[in-house]
Amino acid sequence: MIDVIDLKKQYGSLEVLRGITNTIREGEKVAVIGPSGSGKSTFLRCLNCLEDPTSGQIIFEGVDIADMKVDINIHRRHMGMVFQQFNLFNNKTVIENIMLAPVHIKTHDLRVKKIKNFFIKIRNLFAKNKKELYVINTTKTKIREEARENALRLLRRIGLEDKANVYPSTLSGGQKQRIAIIRALAMNPKVMLFDEPTSALDPEMVGEVLDLIKQVADEGMTMVIVTHEMGFAREVATRVLFMDEGRIVEENTPEEIFNNPQHPRTKEFLSKVL
Amino acid sequence: MGNFEKKLEVFWKVFYEYGGYTRVLTGLRNTIYIAVAGLVIGIIIGTIIAVIAVFPKYKRLPRILDGICKVYVGFFRGSPIVVQLLLFYFVALPLFGSKMPSLNVCMIVFGLNSGAYVSEIMRSGILSVDPGQLEAARALGLSYGVSMMKVVVPQAIKNILPTLGNEFIVLIKETSVVSFVGAADLYVAFNYIGTNSYEFMVPYLVMALIYIVLVMFIAMLVKLMERSLRRSDRRN
Ligand SMILES: Nc1ncnc2c1ncn2[C@@H]1O[C@H](COP(=O)(O)OP(=O)(O)OP(=O)(O)O)[C@@H](O)[C@H]1O
Ligand SMILES: [Mg+2]
Repeated sequence: MIDVIDLKKQYGSLEVLRGITNTIREGEKVAVIGPSGSGKSTFLRCLNCLEDPTSGQIIFEGVDIADMKVDINIHRRHMGMVFQQFNLFNNKTVIENIMLAPVHIKTHDLRVKKIKNFFIKIRNLFAKNKKELYVINTTKTKIREEARENALRLLRRIGLEDKANVYPSTLSGGQKQRIAIIRALAMNPKVMLFDEPTSALDPEMVGEVLDLIKQVADEGMTMVIVTHEMGFAREVATRVLFMDEGRIVEENTPEEIFNNPQHPRTKEFLSKVL
Repeated sequence: MGNFEKKLEVFWKVFYEYGGYTRVLTGLRNTIYIAVAGLVIGIIIGTIIAVIAVFPKYKRLPRILDGICKVYVGFFRGSPIVVQLLLFYFVALPLFGSKMPSLNVCMIVFGLNSGAYVSEIMRSGILSVDPGQLEAARALGLSYGVSMMKVVVPQAIKNILPTLGNEFIVLIKETSVVSFVGAADLYVAFNYIGTNSYEFMVPYLVMALIYIVLVMFIAMLVKLMERSLRRSDRRN
């Protein structure tokens, strides 16, 4: 699903990623672990080009999205991302947070189709070979209604229906992060990227967020999770990447990595955190 | 002081009995029109310039646009508004062979001028918004422009509302030069009263009072707004 080929990232003269090659297959849950500053976040953020790679390729569904010429926005719709700091939109209510992107993108597509149809109609007036019009079977109100229903369904799922119309500032960290997760899910992504989703939470709220991520994992979502929660990585991941100094030093199943690490740096890291 | 009472009397005659007050009201209305239109245009232009200014610049187009904006801001901040009014009214308009009522000219020039100042205010407002907000919007597949307009700029505006209020006060005060291009503001109204009563002391005193009351009134509104914003922040 995602092929990362010789990915490098530099900030000025600082080499943060020094050539990463890896393939993330459909349905996999990949946990990325490693010491602070090893480039885990940078790696994850390169997967949806939130950071532009210095060199290398990110092939997502057959398209190299690291190529500056592709329209990255179209591909990002299929990649959900969850941040350490939640990043809910402060100026929007919970339900507006969830609806914003789906509504905007669908109405935009609708508008583009209408404009294209307009030109095709004009063209058809003069040309002999008539072109087919794009099928339009929705309206702006319909798009909004569907997005609202979907948002409410997702809120119901996490038991926060009653928070639909409040602003994020009134929510607890755990509630914010769970809403950030369903905000990403509302786009029906093909892969979800998590960057330390529980690191900014009070300990008593970590559980509710991890439970939701686990549920999403069990539904078959492809995931890449940067995490310091080793227990969680062991339980949920199908594969663990250990990163150090901008490289993937070791990768394996969680059992192998945690019980039988091969590389000395993996051993050293695990002995510190476990 | 008997002299002063006489002056008051004359003033009142021209102001009230000869209908000078209608001119004052028109002048007041024009002053507010120009300041409000100037601020609205200024916010629109200023936002566009600020969004261009904070756009990452590894490509050529944003750099060129930013260069144009810099020249624009440099011109409008670097010259007196009177000069800008005169240039627009007596140079630009005739060159394009167009006629325009001087009130509209004033609205446009004050808008263009204010845009240069608001762009700086807006830029600092945008920079005060957590970068994570833009990232989250971009990660959902929204374009840079849409993310800015739907998520970042509304939060930036909330942060800079008090400063924008002050910009409005500045605009109100600066409108006092619009008579240079023939727009009828408060000065024109009171000057008319003065000319017709051969007496300028009281008219200009009253004019000063009106400006001061107007500015203090707006300053009070800004204060109230600031306080209610701070209260809503505390709930966060
Ligand atoms: N925008 C940036 N500009 C310059 N240097 C950066 C930038 N972002 C990250 N770095 C540097 O890149 C290195 C890797 O950062 P990264 O955030 O990827 O590490 P990490 O593995 O996620 O660490 P942590 O576990 O602390 O989150 C660090 O040395 C960091 O200082
Ligand atoms: Mg990190």
